[in-house]
Amino acid sequence: MSDVVEKTLSALPSLLSLDSQAGAGKLSPSSKLGNLIKGITELTSKHEEERLIKKELESIKEQVASPNTTMRQMKEIMVRAIYCEMLGYQASFSYIHAIKLAQQGSVLEKRVGYLAVSLFLNETDEFLLLLVNTVLKDLQSTNLIEVCMALTVVSQMFPKDMIPAILPVVEEKLTHPKEIIRRKAVLALYKFYLIAPNQVQHIHSKFRKALCDKDPGVMTASLHIYLQLIKENPESYKDLTGSMVTILRQVVGGKLPLDFNYHSVPAPWLQIQLLRILAYLGKEDQGTSEMMYDVLEESLRRAEMNHNITYAILFECVKTIYTVHPKSQLLEKAAECIGNFVLSPKINLKYLGLKALTYVVQQDANLALPHQMTIIECLDHSDVIIKRETLELLFRITNAQNVTVIVEKMLEFLRLTYNVWFIQTMNSVFSLGGDVMQPDIPNNFLRLLAEGVDNVEDRQLRLFAVDSYVSLLQGETAKLPQRFLQVISWVLGEYSYLREEESDPGSVMRLLARLLDQRHTSTETRSWVLGAMTKLCSSPVYSGSLNTVLRQKAQELMILSQDTKLRARVLPAEDSSLSFLDGYVSEALAAGAAPYKSPHQRQEDLVQEKALSLEPYGLSLPVSLSSCSITDRRSPTLLSMSSGLSGNSTELSHQEGSTTLKLEGVKRVWGKDGYLAQQQSAGETPTPLVELPSPLLSPQSPPSQTQKPSSGLEPDQEKRQLASSLFVGLGSHNSVCLVRFPSTVWLFIKHCQSANQSNVVKALFKPLPLLLPVPLTVSTGDYGKMWLSFSHDLKQNLQLVTTEHQEPLTATLDALKGKLHLHVVDIIGSEGIVACRLLQGPGQGQPCLLHCRVHADSLAVWLRSPVPELPDSLLYHCQKALTET
Amino acid sequence: MQFMLLFSRQGKLRLQKWYVPLSDKEKKKITRELVQTVLARKPKMCSFLEWRDLKVVYKRYASLYFCCAIENQDNELITLEIIHRYVELLDKYFGSVCELDIIFNFEKAYFILDEFLLGGEAQDTSKKNVLKAIEQADLLQENRPRQFFFLSAQLTTEKPL
Repeated sequence: MSDVVEKTLSALPSLLSLDSQAGAGKLSPSSKLGNLIKGITELTSKHEEERLIKKELESIKEQVASPNTTMRQMKEIMVRAIYCEMLGYQASFSYIHAIKLAQQGSVLEKRVGYLAVSLFLNETDEFLLLLVNTVLKDLQSTNLIEVCMALTVVSQMFPKDMIPAILPVVEEKLTHPKEIIRRKAVLALYKFYLIAPNQVQHIHSKFRKALCDKDPGVMTASLHIYLQLIKENPESYKDLTGSMVTILRQVVGGKLPLDFNYHSVPAPWLQIQLLRILAYLGKEDQGTSEMMYDVLEESLRRAEMNHNITYAILFECVKTIYTVHPKSQLLEKAAECIGNFVLSPKINLKYLGLKALTYVVQQDANLALPHQMTIIECLDHSDVIIKRETLELLFRITNAQNVTVIVEKMLEFLRLTYNVWFIQTMNSVFSLGGDVMQPDIPNNFLRLLAEGVDNVEDRQLRLFAVDSYVSLLQGETAKLPQRFLQVISWVLGEYSYLREEESDPGSVMRLLARLLDQRHTSTETRSWVLGAMTKLCSSPVYSGSLNTVLRQKAQELMILSQDTKLRARVLPAEDSSLSFLDGYVSEALAAGAAPYKSPHQRQEDLVQEKALSLEPYGLSLPVSLSSCSITDRRSPTLLSMSSGLSGNSTELSHQEGSTTLKLEGVKRVWGKDGYLAQQQSAGETPTPLVELPSPLLSPQSPPSQTQKPSSGLEPDQEKRQLASSLFVGLGSHNSVCLVRFPSTVWLFIKHCQSANQSNVVKALFKPLPLLLPVPLTVSTGDYGKMWLSFSHDLKQNLQLVTTEHQEPLTATLDALKGKLHLHVVDIIGSEGIVACRLLQGPGQGQPCLLHCRVHADSLAVWLRSPVPELPDSLLYHCQKALTET
Repeated sequence: MQFMLLFSRQGKLRLQKWYVPLSDKEKKKITRELVQTVLARKPKMCSFLEWRDLKVVYKRYASLYFCCAIENQDNELITLEIIHRYVELLDKYFGSVCELDIIFNFEKAYFILDEFLLGGEAQDTSKKNVLKAIEQADLLQENRPRQFFFLSAQLTTEKPL
């Protein structure tokens, strides 16, 4: 090509002489642009930059308007104008001069003119109409470079309506002797096809010619058009399958000139283009797909070098293999290939591996199984993008069994990454979902806000919530649902202090007061509002209300606000030691009262003294129970002090003793794992397994030997546990039963707003498992031991479930077992014992025990756990579960 | 490809090429947000972003970030290679290119880009062909800009961070 160009150039001596004179175009720091750039880098403030650019633009304006400015100077000026625009300053006065430069300049000046035009203007700009004639002229020029420039600008932007004016000339270029011109013409037509497909319909035959062009570059360019055409209408181009396969085979086989190699891979761009086309052609078409199996396999095989570019091809290849009609042997190879991506230490490849998996699990969810552990690791990846892709993958493998865990992961992700978005979405959820929402949605939301360590992120989330609520309350509040107002009140009451630095605390108070004055506000909401106000500690009087609850709250508020001392005592920073009772306690002690003992202590004492239990019913078990690990089937319920059995503890303990092996002083030779040989004989006398009858199992001793709380689990084990809950349901079936529900969550995550919101909202929050009990399988004996060692307890009556075939107790426990995954340890008579532990949340891994007894028409439940909140929250869930049945 | 941006570690825009029609205001907004997002990412993170409806592929060479927005079905890895090929072209043209070359000769960088990508598609991936076309267009008169400053930050010799 160079010879042609040189000839063309030699025909333009004036141009050469003009440019060679002053060494134009040589940009150095001493040039005007160089000075400008240097000037800007020396500046320190944005303000100074603005001033400098403004001055520069004025001087440019002056120069372009001057009739004495030559085109050569204009070129230099235009470059400066482009620079100013890049910095973000408008130089619209120069647009017309850019067009003028493209029209009138010599080749080099024209080039800058065209560049300026393509940077300054838009496809829709009217200025472009002024360019049409210039483009037409340049397209017909004998100077190859001018033709190239015109084709470049046309492919970059051209007014849609003016396409017919230049189309014939561009078409003509398809038969140009120079391949560079043909290639650019094809790309220009591709651009035309994209912006105005109907205008190029008649030249489809010419596209075919381009596809058969002897120059691979032109052929490659034509594939852009074909990709588009085939994507839109694959049926009409099935006849091209053979050609595409042949081309790909040639490319893969290295038949192209070496020029087309990229890092010794033959024409990767072309390969990828062809693979994409084949995917469209073979999709849902067995016959067509069969034509391409061989070449796809060859592509997979050939792309073996460890370089990004081969991975790019592999990725596309895998996608195609999974898009076309499946062939099991190929699928296997592709799946293997995905493994290489997923297991790669390179993060980019890992990402694409996840992406490929996401794509293929839609066909076969089992493909995710070999990569469970990698997926779990990616779920905790520090890069949000990786995390998100992992969630996308999990979403695809969601089934009825793992839905709760996956949704929880999604929500967790939401909370961590999209604070602002989360609050905004919840705002619209509350506003739209309104009062039809289930009551636990606001509860869960508040919990989410309140939970977590007090780090910067959490504070930001809360502060953002407060700010957004303040601005909401400043607007129209009459339409906000009551539940939302309650949420707002609570949050404002708790977290308004976070914003206090920036605004006066009274403003929140006034906003709340305004809520109180509104007629629409329900009494329940009012009491929430007052609660918030109480927390904010100011004093609007609202004691005239007829509603007793309101009046009570208002009174409290009023009194508290007047008496600062009292307030400090009633609403102190939390005082769990109850120190305000100290005076009373010491007085009582002085008067001869017995010192306080914790319930647990009391129980021990009770047992130690073998005294009668004064509990109306319950499990104040005699000490002999600690031997239950040996006696096995002795249920603590047997020993409960209810009905006629009270007072028999001694007797019972005796019974226990008689059925127990005496192990004292007996050398232990058999352990869990077999014979305890040397260590034992060399070691000290083995401690007796159980000491009878006393002393007690001390509170510090581990609750049981067989059951360890999972808080001590190795991190790896935790991951395995997570994996098992995430991938449950895969593998067992060939087809995955996809659940509608997580898709709504995912939709939520991806797109902030959704049309059918209240439905989505219901679906989104219904199974939010903040408390996630898992069955705790213990023997009755271990249960008894644990029961004694737990100090936090709670008693409550629950309603019984009545069915026709089952006893009320069995039916109720079955219902709880089904809903909350509790483990029913034993049922004897009218009593049953149940155990579970928590998978997540505070008190993770900690057990909670329930003792249930039928009492009249209700179920008396006694819960015990080492964690104070656990019985309470489990009870709440039990209540809920039972009400639902 | 929808657009390509080059910006420095300080967030200064060095080059912008838009292949989709957008208003100035939108362009500025996208640029500002994207620059911020990319600069906030840590070196060990992956080169891809899902940003709005777009996929963004970026790579850092010395002090410069090259950032492309592609359509959803496009191949991320090949886009990384487009960036790399462009850097190779710049390198060959300027001879061990550094950020200053691109600052002072940005119009040349545009010409090279236009010869490599046309309307957002790779038109010629052969290094030789692209440079031949550019050099012919540069004509004989133009003294190739020589490096006036010390070659402090060479783009290709330094491994991307």
